Amino acid sequence: MKRKSEPYVSTTNACKLCKPLGACLAFRGIEGAVPFLHGSQGCATYMRRYIISHFREPMDIASSSLGEKNAVYGGGANLKQGLHNVMTKYGARLIGVATTCLTETIGDDVPMIVRKFRQEKKGRERGPEIVTVSTPSYAGTHMEGFHAAVKAVVEQLARAGAATEAVNLLPGFVSPADIRYLREIFRDFEIPGIILPDFADTLDGQAQVDYEKIPAGGTPLEAIKRMGASRATVELGRTLFSQETAGQVLVERFDVPLHRLGTPIGLRETDAFFQILEQISGRPAPEPHAGERGRLLDAYVDGHKYIFGQKAVVYGEEDLVVGLTAFLAEIGVRPVLCASGGGSGRLAAAIAAVTGGLLPEPPVVREGMDFYEISEELEALEPDLLIGHSKGYHLARKRGIPLIRVGFPIHDRFGGQRILHLGYRGAQSLLDRIVNAILEKKQEDSRVGYGYL
Amino acid sequence: MEPAIFEERQEQIHRKGQQPFEMACNKESLAGAVSQRACVFCGSRVVLYPIADALHLVHGPIGCAAYTWDIRGALSSGPELHRLSFSTDLQEKDVIFGGETKLYQALTELIDRHHPQAAFVYSTCIVGIIGDDLEGVCRKVSREKGIPVLPVQSEGFKGNKRAGYNAACQAMFRLVGTGDTAGISPKSLNILGDFNLAGEIWIIRDYFQRMGLEVVANITGDGRVDDLRRAHGAALNVVQCSGATMDLAIMMKEIYGTPYIRVSYFGVEDMAESLYSVARFFNDPEMLHRTRELVREELSLLQPQLQVYQRVLSGKKAAIYVGGAFKAFSLVKAFRLLGMKVVLVGSQTGTPEDYQELHDITDEGTIIVDDSNPLELSAFLKEQDVDIFVGGVKERPIAYKLGVGFCDHNHERKEALEGFIGMLNFAREVHNTVMSPIWQFMPRRRGKSISKGVSG
Repeated sequence: MKRKSEPYVSTTNACKLCKPLGACLAFRGIEGAVPFLHGSQGCATYMRRYIISHFREPMDIASSSLGEKNAVYGGGANLKQGLHNVMTKYGARLIGVATTCLTETIGDDVPMIVRKFRQEKKGRERGPEIVTVSTPSYAGTHMEGFHAAVKAVVEQLARAGAATEAVNLLPGFVSPADIRYLREIFRDFEIPGIILPDFADTLDGQAQVDYEKIPAGGTPLEAIKRMGASRATVELGRTLFSQETAGQVLVERFDVPLHRLGTPIGLRETDAFFQILEQISGRPAPEPHAGERGRLLDAYVDGHKYIFGQKAVVYGEEDLVVGLTAFLAEIGVRPVLCASGGGSGRLAAAIAAVTGGLLPEPPVVREGMDFYEISEELEALEPDLLIGHSKGYHLARKRGIPLIRVGFPIHDRFGGQRILHLGYRGAQSLLDRIVNAILEKKQEDSRVGYGYL
Repeated sequence: MEPAIFEERQEQIHRKGQQPFEMACNKESLAGAVSQRACVFCGSRVVLYPIADALHLVHGPIGCAAYTWDIRGALSSGPELHRLSFSTDLQEKDVIFGGETKLYQALTELIDRHHPQAAFVYSTCIVGIIGDDLEGVCRKVSREKGIPVLPVQSEGFKGNKRAGYNAACQAMFRLVGTGDTAGISPKSLNILGDFNLAGEIWIIRDYFQRMGLEVVANITGDGRVDDLRRAHGAALNVVQCSGATMDLAIMMKEIYGTPYIRVSYFGVEDMAESLYSVARFFNDPEMLHRTRELVREELSLLQPQLQVYQRVLSGKKAAIYVGGAFKAFSLVKAFRLLGMKVVLVGSQTGTPEDYQELHDITDEGTIIVDDSNPLELSAFLKEQDVDIFVGGVKERPIAYKLGVGFCDHNHERKEALEGFIGMLNFAREVHNTVMSPIWQFMPRRRGKSISKGVSG
């Protein structure tokens, strides 16, 4: 593979989003929480629009709506007024305050402003929890923001206490359907789980009689406070392992044993996940799941010839890319490019670890990519399919190849919040979609028009 | 918990008929109130985005560019450079040491790659704070590359969307007057404030051409840099929308003496009146005759089809919350034409004059709001038991969650709603949501029956 001599200075069609967006998503997965951005009004509005277009759910993000004066003299007063309004109008039980590039650069000391706010409110009714997280958009992507928010929640709320039977599950940024499925797995193992964040209901809710100021659901605050007393933590995502995470905080502060695993996509990564749950619960995988695994293997056999040797390009968030690549490698699809806009520095190692022994040659792995660069790489790689979110559609269209839509955002199809990626069931669904995409392409390209494939 | 209306916002909400009309507006958004507004950058981006042969480089961290990548249905009949999202993706070291070098390199790289006719460089919040000399970098690159490179002073925190419109107009105004106007007909105009969503400007251009007029520049739908440069050669500026491009029209009047008129292409009434007012301006009996013919022809096609919708929609209740008030005026009239009742109307950025006009054209009891938020909007939707809510993407889930129909009248829409044909599309959109059988199953409407719709 020829590498161009120097990377581009400009970014064209980014394959990442900004840090505060990830923090808002994570906060949305906590019971009674309102995400709050300390910055210009536009940040909150843009992110709301972006998130709403995927989940098709209300997504209120409050803002301190800083103006020019605040940028000069500091945004403390606006932040306090905003917190007060969210407290009184929304009845928030938790306000998750994330900073933006504006407030980081003018140097607002958010934890201090919040401390003062709390002091001023002291003596009156018990206010909401306020969690603060630093998310300057110029350092890291939405995924760093997501994990930073989860870590901030644990750091600022979890406490020690009498040991419980609960297991903390930190799934990373997965879909509401994935979270519901994880809950089901824990229930079947009879493991009391604390999933953080849990936006299965808040970002995929039901029809309502009244507009809920804060959608029902989310990780209960009381459960978060007890996370320091849980018997174990399971934290998902292989590229996470270099930074300090919520799981590590729980180890360092409360000695909660930590199991770090890859995002369980495909057979082997899911097996590893189930193995840990078997170990924790002391029982074999419950029947429905063992059955699903068996059917998945059967489907691997039924589908293998249609997809063998097909070349795939995978892009998106690093942990999702790693999981998808693990899955593709084991079903005989050849990942030729694994690309992300993220920059953990660990993508290549993680891809090598999950594809070892399965691929005739390793895929090209690139961090810090935008879609212009991905497009350039595609020229030589000539893939048969793309796997990633909807922002890669223009590449699929240009090359006339199928795009398997996964992850976030899905802005050009219906039901993005219901896409299942994880576990045996998620692998089954992904396999069905990939095989069918290949069959459809073959059928459409054929002059014969076979009606029996 | 308190009721849905913030005390500080009471003066931005009015119920017609209750008390003398007075409305506070044009205020900074209330912190913590989840305003539906965006920022200065958004205003500039919205206005300039459809200029299809220009490079649009966002100087800032990645978010501002990522969230505005190809999200609008602003179509181009030729180049599509506007559909790409360019950013300097500022990193921590740029914030500390300044972003000018990166901006210079990025601009040079992109101009060499895409050969645009001009480049717009958008300033974002952070650039306003670190103090990059945008003007200086743009001047240097312009000199080196031989194309106009225009800074857009759109730091997000320096006001609301209106300030962004102004920044965009300032940038465009630098182009106006730099092109050759030879050969432009005295019966000519520029179309301002139409963004060619779903091909709308093509519908409008067709009307003007049928009237015998030459369209010099589309500002900015399906826009071109060279057309903007010779826009001062047109005899008239025809300005739509609540002021997105109004500042440009005012500057052109001051400097080049180009007169302007305000129009709206939404709804039959406003569409026809817009064409007549242009014809009246040129004071040409033949043109006026052609215009009458055009309107008659279009209406004769439209009316029989529209009647089908009017029959079933008559009496249904509508709520409107849009960015600019001018669109709200037209929507009020369009709903009236359908026999529907507007019970709530509001905008993000209306002026006192705008709200006075809304007050004048609405029925008693109509609620008028400025810079509203999800809590208020949902409370009013429910209180008024509306059948359809018209707004943008951020308003949609409010309606849907409550089991209320919705029509997207914002920049993401893919349906042409302007012109006579647009009125029909609008009626169909309204019909398809209001008459859907699904509402009867929703918790809010369970038990209430629903009348039969138009089939086919």
